[in-house]
Amino acid sequence: MTEYTPTNAGTVTRYVVVESYNVTPADVAIRAYEIAKGVMIKENCFGLVVMGKEEDVDRVIAEVRKMDPAHIFVKDRGFPPGDARRCRATLGGARPGFHGIEFEMGILPYISHALEELDHRDAAAIAAPKSAQNAPRLDVYTLKKMIDTQEP
Amino acid sequence: MVKVFIYPATSLILSDMVTRFGHTPLGSAIAIRERVQTPGLESVPLQITPEEPKKGLRWAAVEVPSGVRGRMSLYGPMVEECDAAIIINNADLAFGCMGCARTNELLKFLLRQKDIPKLELEYPANEDEGVRFVAAIKKFLNDLGGKP
Repeated sequence: MTEYTPTNAGTVTRYVVVESYNVTPADVAIRAYEIAKGVMIKENCFGLVVMGKEEDVDRVIAEVRKMDPAHIFVKDRGFPPGDARRCRATLGGARPGFHGIEFEMGILPYISHALEELDHRDAAAIAAPKSAQNAPRLDVYTLKKMIDTQEP
Repeated sequence: MVKVFIYPATSLILSDMVTRFGHTPLGSAIAIRERVQTPGLESVPLQITPEEPKKGLRWAAVEVPSGVRGRMSLYGPMVEECDAAIIINNADLAFGCMGCARTNELLKFLLRQKDIPKLELEYPANEDEGVRFVAAIKKFLNDLGGKP
């Protein structure tokens, strides 16, 4: 095994995911570049990857979020942008972890709608979500009955 | 500001909600970043070394496969560190190999055993469920003392 010397130690990397009808990742990237001041910004198909000192990254993210607060989402990332261990340019195919974001991007419109709703509604007054654990499941007796009623 | 463990640990939605409502999310990226930024022996891609399954013995028995123990060395310290947890059940996103599946089961078991505020949910499938989902998270996080 060889010695490992980390690059970009002491920095944080965050994803900015844009799921908006009014703002594109390119718009967000331009705004982020305007206020970057030493923060590395990489634009991609769903938003940005922002890397730098934590306070600088938070400053840039707080500013770009203002463009469309209910439609811009942020999450942490372990690797720096373009890291050969994760970047699809070197690995080929989708980056590991993209499938998770892809799955949740299908749900983001509901979340954005809810965030806009909750701007003028009280969260405490809204009923709790239904739990799937309490939802009735298909029991074996019903299944047997269904099988028996099938025509041969 | 409270440290909230999120499950699935890679969830974009939970990570964003926790940050948005004034707390600190604890997820995979934090643990991976710690390893990626620590000097030592090179062990691509995640800098998981043979030491990690040994550290995982704190949360899983020696009979448990090393894959589970290795993963637990990432999540275990965060489970101990967290002050609250949000769990999304039946998440397709958390689907993975047997190592992931068993680690997820152990992770949820450890969180449920721990005496901390917990919120268990399902992913929303329409706008109405989305409103209930976000309202539940907002209420839970506000009750922990976050910004309104």
